Order: sequence, then structure tokens, then C-alpha cells
Amino acid sequence: MTMKRRFHITLPLICFLTPVLLWLVLLIVLPHVDLLRMSLRAEDDYGNAIWSFSNYMAFFQEPIYWLTFVRTAVYSIMVTVMTFIVAMPVAFYITKVVAPRFQGFLMMLLLMPFWVSELVRVYGWMILLRESGVINHFLTRMGILNQPIEMLYNDVTMVMGLVYTSMLFMAVPLVSVLESLDDSLIEAACDLGANMGTIFFRIVIPHAMPGIVSGSIVVFMLTLGNYLTPNMIGGKNALWFTEQIYNQFIASFNWNQGSAFGFLLLVLSSLVIWAGLKLTRQKLSRVVQ
Amino acid sequence: MKRTLVCLMVLGAFLALVAAPVSAETLELITWEGYAPKVLIDKFMQETGIEVKPTYSTNEEMIAKLRATRGAGFDLAQPSQDRISAVQAKYKIYQPIDYSQVNSDQIIASMLEAVKKNTVVDNESYGIPHVYGTSGLIVNRKFAPDAKDYTDLLNPEYKGRVSYRLKRPTLIGLAFAMGKDPFALYSDPKAYKTLMEDIGQKMIEGKPLVKLYYDNNDAILQALQSEEVHVAMAWDIGGWKMHAVNPDIDFIAPKSGALGWIDTFAIPAKAKNVAGAYKWINFMMRPENAAVFTNAEKYGTASKGALKFVDEAVKANFTRSFTDADIDNIKWYPTVPAGLEGMEGKILDKVKAAQ
Repeated sequence: MTMKRRFHITLPLICFLTPVLLWLVLLIVLPHVDLLRMSLRAEDDYGNAIWSFSNYMAFFQEPIYWLTFVRTAVYSIMVTVMTFIVAMPVAFYITKVVAPRFQGFLMMLLLMPFWVSELVRVYGWMILLRESGVINHFLTRMGILNQPIEMLYNDVTMVMGLVYTSMLFMAVPLVSVLESLDDSLIEAACDLGANMGTIFFRIVIPHAMPGIVSGSIVVFMLTLGNYLTPNMIGGKNALWFTEQIYNQFIASFNWNQGSAFGFLLLVLSSLVIWAGLKLTRQKLSRVVQ
Repeated sequence: MKRTLVCLMVLGAFLALVAAPVSAETLELITWEGYAPKVLIDKFMQETGIEVKPTYSTNEEMIAKLRATRGAGFDLAQPSQDRISAVQAKYKIYQPIDYSQVNSDQIIASMLEAVKKNTVVDNESYGIPHVYGTSGLIVNRKFAPDAKDYTDLLNPEYKGRVSYRLKRPTLIGLAFAMGKDPFALYSDPKAYKTLMEDIGQKMIEGKPLVKLYYDNNDAILQALQSEEVHVAMAWDIGGWKMHAVNPDIDFIAPKSGALGWIDTFAIPAKAKNVAGAYKWINFMMRPENAAVFTNAEKYGTASKGALKFVDEAVKANFTRSFTDADIDNIKWYPTVPAGLEGMEGKILDKVKAAQ
């Protein structure tokens, strides 16, 4: 005999659910519906507003738009991978190598740069790297360089800036997932003669997978939607897709085109994350826990 | 008894808290950086009791913000005169100016007439002139003694030492330097587009010469000051500010003509404090106040009679950069027809994305 649990709408349920629903509907669903409506409107030759797919068509017909789009996606994936490569040893060191009483201190050090705003951090990098900046000054003083070189405004610096900006969001989930890894598993593997590579790929990585995936999702989303860093450090070659959305809204007054771009960005990020989950055979429900 | 008293006191305190913000009159102003100096805001507060709350912005952002609220949220805006009528015709974000409320004796008559004429939509005018200035070249004479026109932005001699904004003035300036008249082509969108695409192509070819495309005034001033950039297209006051720091750097009026703009006062459609807005306009145009502003920010003012209160150094800037012929040669922006911005935006995007 099975008891079926019915879902009753009770007063407490309504009380607790209302803020969440209001939040979702007013701040997320409604604006997006309006954005979608706007993205499907266009002007005909006489300046009248009509329903049309022309904003989306424009994206596919104009190489500059979809090239920027592809570029943004590829760079975001690259940044995510690099952030993982940098953050993994840090997280491993903090959880497994260092004495427990230093762990809190090291976590603190990791958090510290994020107490100042992103804008200030980006300006910090610019002061260091610009042609008349600190690093160039020292290199020329020590005679390593004959004349200062421009280190800003190229893709390498931009990727570095993005990795730096998103480091924390990868390190924190990795630390928390590695803390739950039992040290005796690693010790047992060592006793049984496994080398470092095997331990890392057969024990640590599989255990840390949910943390890796959730960290990657956050970093990927943040990078894809970043406006400041590509714009300021990336300089003259780095057209990021967010900048194009901004340009459509602000410079060209074409809100319809801008909304269409916004929606395409939403679809793109969802697709990449879906593909990432499929590839790593993770479930979203498990990753977000 | 005691309890009632406490209740009353609490109620009184509560009412005072609620009523306080209402009683102080405020004026929400959306304007350009530096257009509302603290000294003048304080003086205005003393005179009228109105507190001015400035928000700093640009032409494009002002229009976008007012468009999003259909002209609400601000009591006064300061768009450039060429960006009013097309925007007003399409989005209806401003209300007509009641010129009887403006003390027009304080304003240079020719400028007021020109702005009135340029901001007409359906027989009503929407702007009052406030300040004017030009954009042209800022040059470091030590490194680039021969730079004298916009074409020097594409001159290989200054490789890696050039900077400009990816905005419409750059396209317009380069068009003039190539011997074309883009303003005459405003009425012929097709020819205008061909011309702009041509210029976009030239800018793509000239891209390796560029140090950076700057977005805000501080970025370019910093690059000029550190002598990383030697030739830049920028606003006149930037060059004059730099000249005070480093005499090698100065603003020059390009041979094919500096581009002249006039920024205005315009009242948003749903402004709450319209009376306060007119008070602020008349206050800012009073000669001694206009002179305080000009001395601090170096911009030219549309206020009549302000010149006698202006510092000698500020006047000297002007005579150093402009001969009489240069002044006659200033290309004042005519009203931008609707639709041009989108086309120009696409060309500029292409320049930015090109490798």
C-alpha cells in the first residue's frame, strides 16, 4: 500500500513562496519577456514598427557580429580552462598540504583582492603594465629592456586579467570539494604503488568533479558577461560581445538589435553549459548542490 | 498619561522623518562631467534652497536613460544641440522650452537663435545653449612638430603614438580632412554611407598605428601626459589642461577645421521640478556664475558678458589655438538625422573588430 503525498497549498507555503515568486517574475521573467518582444520588433522602410526576425537575421548575415560572438565564446572557454589550471594546485595546497592552522590564513589571502572592486583591480593592472608603468620602469632600469614595451591592449594580457578576475570563483568550490576528500584514499594509493599522475587523475579529479563543474560554470558565465576587463585591458583589438550589446543600446539607439544580441548570448551560454555537463557526464542537480 | 505622551512623541518623530525629505526641494540634473561645479551647486542652494543632484553622463547615455523612462527621472538634461530634434521627433523625451521663463538677456543672441532653430520639432524649440567647444587635435610638439590635420591620425610617421575615440566625431573629422563635406551629405544617406565606409576602411588600414581607442577623457589625458601618445583627436579643453602641465602639448585647430559643438539645457518630458530647472538655467547663465564655470573647466560659455570675469590664462588658451581664420573654419555640427547613428555604429564596430 503506498501513501501518495499530496501537494497542498497552505498559508505558510504561500508566505514562504511569495517573495521568491515575486523576485522571479518581476525581476527576471518579466524583463526577459519584454526583451524578447523587443528583439522581434523592427522598423520597415517607412519607419513603422513591425514584427520580424530581421534582428536575428542581421546577426547571421553580418560576419562581424557572429565572429565577435564566436571569439567571445572561445576566449571564455579558454579562460575557464586556464583558471582551473591555476586554481587547482592552489586549492590542493590549501586543503591537503599546508598545516591546518594556516588554512584559514591562506583562504583569507585568496579572498583579500576581492574586497576591492573589479574596476580598481583592473586599474591596478594597467598601472603595472602600461608603457610608462612600474614593470617597464624596472626592466629598463635593470637593463633587461632597451626601451619600454607596451604590455597592455593585447589578447594575452586580457586573458590574464580575466583569469585573475575569476580565480576566486574557481578556487572556493574546489577547496570545499577537496576538503571532503579522505586523505586515507591518497595514502592507500601511495601504498599500493600508484604514481602522482595516477593519483591525481584516478582519485582527486573524479572526486572533485562536481566542484570543478560548478566552478567552471560560474567562471564561464562571469567571463562571457564581463564588460570591464576586455574593454579596458583588451584595448583596440578586443571587441567582446557584451560591448556590442552596449553599443547597440547606447551608441546606435537600436534597442531591438541589442535585445536580440542579449538573447543570443543567453542561448549561447546555456548551450555551452549544457554541452559541458554532457561531456563530463555531470547532472546539473548534483553540481549546484 | 505618560504612555500617550511617549506614543505621541514616537509618532511625531516618525512623521518628521517621513516629511523631511519632501520639504527639501531637489533638482535631478543629468549632465556632463564638470558641468555642475560644487561651488555653484552650493551657491544655488543658498539662494533658492534647491538641492541640485547631478548625474554625469554622455550624449548617448542621456538619450538612452531618458528613453528608458520616457522622459522621467530627471528634471534637466544637457544634450548637444545636434542630438535633440531627431531624438525628440522619435521618442518624445523632452518638453518644449518656455522661452518667456528664460532670461535671454544673459545669453549670446546669435547662439540662442541658432540653437532654437536647430532644435525645432513641430514648431516648438527644445534647447537653450549653455557651453560650446570644439574637438580637434592634441599634439605633443616635441615628438610631432608637423602634425596639423586629422589625416595625421593615419600618418605612419606616428606609428603607435596615435589615439582617438571610436565615435562619430572621428569619422566626421577624417571626412573633412579628405576634402569631403559629410554635413552636406546628411540629406543623402546613400552617399553618406559610401563615404563613411570608405573612411572606415582607411581606419582599419591605419589600425596598427593606433596606441589605444580611448573611451573617457581621463584615459587620453593620462596617455598624453606620460608621453605614450603624441597625436590624439580630442576636445580642446583637454589640450589646454595638458598645456598647463607640459608646455610641449597643446590643442591645435586642424587645417580642415575644428568640429564645433554646443551643449544645451533641455527639459525632460516628465520632469517634476520644471520651475527649479528654469531657476538653475538662469542661475548658470548669469555672467559671474558662467565665468566661475569657465575658469574652472575652460569651456566657452554662451553667457553674454561672462568674458569680463574670465581669467587671462583661459582667454590666452583660445587665442593660442585659434587664429581668426581657424574660427571662421570651425565646422558646427548640424542636426543629426535619424538613422545615421546605427550605420556609423556598424562601421566603427568593424574597425574595432578588425585585426
